[in-house]
Amino acid sequence: MVSAGRRTLVIAGFAVLLVVGTFVSASVGQLDVGPRAVMGAMLHGVGIDTSWRPDDAIVEQTLLQIRFPRVMMSILVGATLAVAGAVMQAIFGNPLAEPGVVGVSSGAALGAAVAIAFGVASLGGWGIAALAFLGGFGATVLVYVTARVGGRTEVVTLLLTGIAVNAFAGAGLALVMFAADTGSREQIVFWQLGSMNGSRWSEVGTVAAVGLPACAAALALARRYDLLSLGERTAAHLGLKVEQLRIGSICLVALLTGVGVAFAGIIMFVGLVVPHLVRMLLGPAHRVLLAASMVGGAALLVWADLFARTMMSGSDMPIGLLTSLIGGPFFFYLVRRTRSRAGGWA
Amino acid sequence: MTLAYEIRNLTCRLGGREIVRDVDLDVRHGEVLALVGPNGAGKSTLLGAMTGDVPIDRGSIRLGGRDLAEWSSRDLARKRAVLMQANQVSFPFTVREVVEMGRNPWSGRATAEEDERAIAAAIERTDIAHLLDRPFTALSGGEKARASLARVLAQETDVVLLDEPTAALDLRHQEEVMLVARSLAAEGRAVVVVLHDLSLAAARADRIAIVERGRIVSVGSPAEVLTAERVESVYGIAAHVLTDTPDGHLIVVPHRGRSDTASL
Repeated sequence: MVSAGRRTLVIAGFAVLLVVGTFVSASVGQLDVGPRAVMGAMLHGVGIDTSWRPDDAIVEQTLLQIRFPRVMMSILVGATLAVAGAVMQAIFGNPLAEPGVVGVSSGAALGAAVAIAFGVASLGGWGIAALAFLGGFGATVLVYVTARVGGRTEVVTLLLTGIAVNAFAGAGLALVMFAADTGSREQIVFWQLGSMNGSRWSEVGTVAAVGLPACAAALALARRYDLLSLGERTAAHLGLKVEQLRIGSICLVALLTGVGVAFAGIIMFVGLVVPHLVRMLLGPAHRVLLAASMVGGAALLVWADLFARTMMSGSDMPIGLLTSLIGGPFFFYLVRRTRSRAGGWA
Repeated sequence: MTLAYEIRNLTCRLGGREIVRDVDLDVRHGEVLALVGPNGAGKSTLLGAMTGDVPIDRGSIRLGGRDLAEWSSRDLARKRAVLMQANQVSFPFTVREVVEMGRNPWSGRATAEEDERAIAAAIERTDIAHLLDRPFTALSGGEKARASLARVLAQETDVVLLDEPTAALDLRHQEEVMLVARSLAAEGRAVVVVLHDLSLAAARADRIAIVERGRIVSVGSPAEVLTAERVESVYGIAAHVLTDTPDGHLIVVPHRGRSDTASL
């Protein structure tokens, strides 16, 4: 078992990365602000006025209306995606189950696109989030029912189902795009690639209102996920109500993924890379895994977003592109390693 | 004292076929009852029905005087523990963590000291102290079986159901596991164990029940149940039952002709 000291060290390390990333991300951009003004504006935002508060109203507005919500969105989406990945892996009993890979994210994106194209978006952010949840939920249930046989995950079926769901949802997105007007079309392109650009406080509020309670619920179930790794029947022999846990967890995955996708688009592999890294550093016990994945996922996306918008000056790269650039090879490495260790998957 | 299990007229179907048929069986506290029989006879299904995993088609199972269906999953987990044939863990939990999971039914009931004591006793009885920090997923088949048995013991239940606990084990560990079963019975617990080794069953079980095509064809003390005629009729192979052995335990061996004559 991993010592408490190491646990603290790793989580503290993630937290430092997150805090530093937050400050750097808020300071850097087309308008360089500097950490002092960032601090001043933050304090002003919570009602404390200091001499650090930026003098320039444009600087302050840039921070408060553009950069801060964008950084907050990165933090929340990173945390929810990493937790969604860890929960999904727990109920599938397999480290390759990830919302992006198996199609939950694209299902949610399809739901969100339908919301835009058919005007449900006029209900505000909640309408988009609700349909994204439904899309993600449908995809999760489909993949789960197909890939779970006799209490086991058939890995090949899992990944093949993921391919099918991704293909279908991709075509659905294209169809909706084809039928939609120009404005909606732009928004749909944005989902396919994923971006934190244009995050608003109201959207941040929606993601927080759904994502944080869902993360808390996942943490409360951590002990049960540990038992579930003994296999469904053994877990049931130890008093676990497996059926309830499964249904609840599928809802959690759809909520966590759907609400992120609704406002930031499809960002793949966060739910794969972060929990895997945490398991390597701190072991598989879910309470620590989920807590550390939350902080780690948040840190990862803050830095990824920072790179995405500063790597090429004057242009904002889609963040989903960046995470897939890292996550794709990582997925490949996981597959290779499992193949050499366990002879692959039959 | 109430019986651990009272099984009456039990029939279970799986996939439309009757796997267990009209079984009547009592299991007493303080005894080791061995379920033996050919492959596919229905031993594991019967054990599954006693566990609560396999639905009952007809008949009834009472556990500790109460109908099995009336037990809540939490209470059931405090009453009976189950060791299954295959024990896989999907993430690399350490052996210690796996054994600790056996305490789950008692969370909120037992004190931390009680948990620690139960875990330490389970580790000692199964001889796995040297494996505690290893990931369960990296253990050999026999080590996995012993670590899983430790998890079952840590559960500290009145009734212990073991499905082929010796299958993956070497000679010494087979004997040790059955001695653990005996010591559980000596503490007043009821132990039901599915075995293939008839001699091992004869040496360590108080009673043996032979299952054949879903029915219990014989139940009683090893000497009553294990006769050469019965073994031959159930397993379809001629056998010798040796009673005059150095340690006094009955031994069952198949009749082995010379291999160059090629007939059994």
